[in-house]
Amino acid sequence: MSGKSVLKRIDWLSVLFYFTLVLIGWLNIYSSTVTEAEPQIFNFNALHGKQLFFAGASVLAILLVLAIEVNFYERFSSLFYLIAMIILLGLYPFGKTIAGATSWYDLGFFNLQPSELAKVATALALAKYLSDIQTDIKRKKHQFYALLILTIPAILIIPQPDPGSALVFFALIFVLFREGLPLYYLGILFLAILIFVATLKFGTLWLIASIIFLTVLFFLIKKKSFKVPIIPFAVVLVSIILFSLSVNFVYNSIFEQRHRDRFGLWLRLEKDPKKLEQIRKTIGYNTYQSEKAIESGGLIGKGFLEGTRTKGDFVPEQHSDYIFSTIGEEWGFLGTSLVVLTFTFLFLRLIHLAERQKNPFSRMYGYGVVSILFVHFLINVGMVIGILPTVGIPLPFMSYGGSGLLFFTILLFIFLRLDANRLKESI
Amino acid sequence: MKRILLSSLVVLIGITFLGRLSYLQIFSFSPDQLTDDPAIKKIYDYPERGYIYDRNGKLLVGNDPAYDVMVIPREVKPLDTLEFCNLLNLDKEKFVKQLKKARVYSPRLPSVLVHQLSKEDYGRLQEKMRKYKGFYIQKRSLRYYDTKSAANVLGYISEVNERDLAKNKYYVQGELTGRTGVEKQYEEILRGRKGVQHIQKDRFNRDIGPYKNGTLDTVPEQGKQISLTIDKVLQEYGEQLMVGKRGGIVALEPSSGEILSMISGPTYDPALLVGRQRSKNYTKLYNDTIANPTWDRSILAQQPPGSPFKTLNALIALQEGVIEENTTIRCYNGFYVGRSKKGCHCGGGLRNVNSGIYKSCNAYFAGTFRKIYEKYETTDEGMDVWEKHMKSFGLGNYLGYDLPYGQKGRIPSKEYYDKWYGDNRWSSSYIISNSIGQGEILATPIQLANMTAAIANRGHYYTPHILKKIEGEAISNPKYTEPKHTTIDRKHFEPVIQGMADVYRKGTAKWVQIPGIEIAGKTGTAENFTKINGVRKQLTDHSVFVAFAPVNNPKIAIAVYIENGYYGSRYAGHIASLMIEKYVKGTVTRKDLEKRMLEKTLEHEYAKPYSGEEFKINEYVW
Repeated sequence: MSGKSVLKRIDWLSVLFYFTLVLIGWLNIYSSTVTEAEPQIFNFNALHGKQLFFAGASVLAILLVLAIEVNFYERFSSLFYLIAMIILLGLYPFGKTIAGATSWYDLGFFNLQPSELAKVATALALAKYLSDIQTDIKRKKHQFYALLILTIPAILIIPQPDPGSALVFFALIFVLFREGLPLYYLGILFLAILIFVATLKFGTLWLIASIIFLTVLFFLIKKKSFKVPIIPFAVVLVSIILFSLSVNFVYNSIFEQRHRDRFGLWLRLEKDPKKLEQIRKTIGYNTYQSEKAIESGGLIGKGFLEGTRTKGDFVPEQHSDYIFSTIGEEWGFLGTSLVVLTFTFLFLRLIHLAERQKNPFSRMYGYGVVSILFVHFLINVGMVIGILPTVGIPLPFMSYGGSGLLFFTILLFIFLRLDANRLKESI
Repeated sequence: MKRILLSSLVVLIGITFLGRLSYLQIFSFSPDQLTDDPAIKKIYDYPERGYIYDRNGKLLVGNDPAYDVMVIPREVKPLDTLEFCNLLNLDKEKFVKQLKKARVYSPRLPSVLVHQLSKEDYGRLQEKMRKYKGFYIQKRSLRYYDTKSAANVLGYISEVNERDLAKNKYYVQGELTGRTGVEKQYEEILRGRKGVQHIQKDRFNRDIGPYKNGTLDTVPEQGKQISLTIDKVLQEYGEQLMVGKRGGIVALEPSSGEILSMISGPTYDPALLVGRQRSKNYTKLYNDTIANPTWDRSILAQQPPGSPFKTLNALIALQEGVIEENTTIRCYNGFYVGRSKKGCHCGGGLRNVNSGIYKSCNAYFAGTFRKIYEKYETTDEGMDVWEKHMKSFGLGNYLGYDLPYGQKGRIPSKEYYDKWYGDNRWSSSYIISNSIGQGEILATPIQLANMTAAIANRGHYYTPHILKKIEGEAISNPKYTEPKHTTIDRKHFEPVIQGMADVYRKGTAKWVQIPGIEIAGKTGTAENFTKINGVRKQLTDHSVFVAFAPVNNPKIAIAVYIENGYYGSRYAGHIASLMIEKYVKGTVTRKDLEKRMLEKTLEHEYAKPYSGEEFKINEYVW
């Protein structure tokens, strides 16, 4: 197949969304990092210059990905996975430590972050395993293997330490749900999160009281003909209460103070205004400054390069994890809503593309891509606008970071390559 | 379900984010964000605080330059600490402590290292300062007092605290604000408005030029100079006379309500609350809870007014028509309340308005008081009428003068007695002490002075005030320039004023006569009590005198309240007569009396309750 025909059949809408996000991202990296002394765009000593270099490298990567024979990805996905895991493991003897985390290889001209690569490899490997004719997701054993594929890279990444990146691999569980993993897993997960939050926010006592209240209410209004299986019902109730109690134990005894700080901050557990003021200067500094910067942008923002808080460097990591706050300050609600909508439409478009695949591998990989991108978007923006706890992961296509941009691009374009080929399946 | 799970989640999160963002950027957004934007540095340009002059244009308060040594901790380079400390007259531990404190406050913002260097220290330091990186000297302006008196009237300024900052957004940490007296009352006029320059900072906290080209910057507005109604000479003279005595003096100009002097004894030198010794001095003054020099007795001390109150009861009786000028009441060296006799030292005999006042006859006024109540069917009604008349003289409520503090005093109402004795379980005989200004009545010296001014004006007064001019422009606030009328008709004042003039000619104050000036006055000797170890104990009477002069064209109305000074004429009367002479004539001719009053102290009286021993009261120690 010639490269020309791929370009004809590629989904240009997704490509447009992709370039929009990369462009907005780079402009804001420029604004966050440029100094009056060195305003040049092509300054490869400055962060924005480096990012521009990686944007160029990403375009080359796109061409490469599109040029490669489509079966290559499916055929070698197991190998990729194996190599990725070895590279992750190799970090421990050979990795470079930056800011306390051993997450990079020093390649001289740049630092490679293999966890980004592992995301691509894992998405491919999972799709490969699930699309195997012998795999039945309804079977517990196969569910276990599928989950194992996600868990191995996560386990390898956690001790770097980089729990944020590790968390992302579990996003691939959405692929499993799409392929028939029973939804009550999701129900249990959701219930667990709900109880966790409610226990911390309102306390176990309140939780138990309201459960009892709801139970009584339920028995009062239920129809006589409706029989309640008493024993399973009681088991569920008791396990909820036990779980709630164990949340308290874990929170107070197993969590470290910094974890408690983050959850406390997120759930607004501190009410005393004096202590709140203190928190804003210490553990809550990032979130507070980031929210403030976004708020100060207003509807239309302060204008490109006009963000006073951005210029003053008040939001830490503003060019990487907190890039969204620069958009908020300088481009206002118009800018932030444009980004949120672009991401949302990109995800919906990709899901639509995945659903139209004839080849199950392509569909599953497509879901993997959306899941990974979506969870990054959810956690990153949620953190920056102050509705989720602080977890340090980048905003795809926008945050500063060479490996991130490169591998998110590869992740996306492998799928677009598969999609471009959907009518000419050759399995 | 499995097909739409992820899509619905994507849509849900998109909507949630848009909601949160619109809350932050549209609903919480306020355009006035400059105040807490840390990227914009505000440089303030402080105007000089306005000067304060007396009524004749004599300077009371000005400004003096002062120099603070400032430090920006993160710019400090290693230095010869010992040499630097010697230069600053600072011991090393304190230096290290201060530096640490500054670092905790902020490593990049300036903090004060040493407050208010003397001019000499500044001269020595100025040249060597360049050697010490991170330190610099900032010029400030301090209050300078051209008088040793009027401390409580003028008040003082001090650094704003957390509460001020929360209450008034104008102030930022480290600024000064008026704390008491005129400095507090006219803070905004004296202060002016600081100018603000907005500077955009870059990521390294360097200034990179004006924010928005300086369009939001403001120029400072100068503090205005004000003139007070105080007469500096009279104020200083009065304070000299008060040395060794406790109490308050207020002198008013009846024709305008202007406060000529407001004296509280004991007092202190206002310069004590300026400069490096400020906090030490303040603690000392504040901790003196017995003499209480920072408590302005002239407006805050609520005491029984005693006999000067009889003049008002006479006026009310005349107005209500229950007596006429010549109605007589016999004094049996006292009067009877039920079966018990209350004493009177007027000498006994038939009394009318005139002799009742000048001999200060208790029996006459008890009788008059009773008549006021007997005119009405119930005591309640009588009480209401009496209270209404009394309050029209500015008693029993805040007077409304332009000083930040005040006390209401007390004119008891029927509700007050209902609460005390039970509904309708009291009658005029329970409250007979009110007729002679004892009992439940309380008034502050300024209220007594105002009441005297109302008598001097024959029926009206102007609300006392302390501000005369702003930048040379006389005040025009109708609150202070329009008269308040009492409920007593003008014609009833003459007999009472004649009685007061006779007090001075031949009555209880004949000892205080001034050659060439006709005075109308009234002495008072007020019983008072204290608690010593929980036991109620009577102290030497307070000496009270109210007067105005000259009788037919009053230029000054004065109330003098000397705690434990015994007879009204003894301390209060003499001090009042000296002050009147000083004000009306400009000089005092009775040098002997002046010398005696300057030297006499009442410290022996004030020591009595704290001596722990039994003591006698109302002794004649002259």
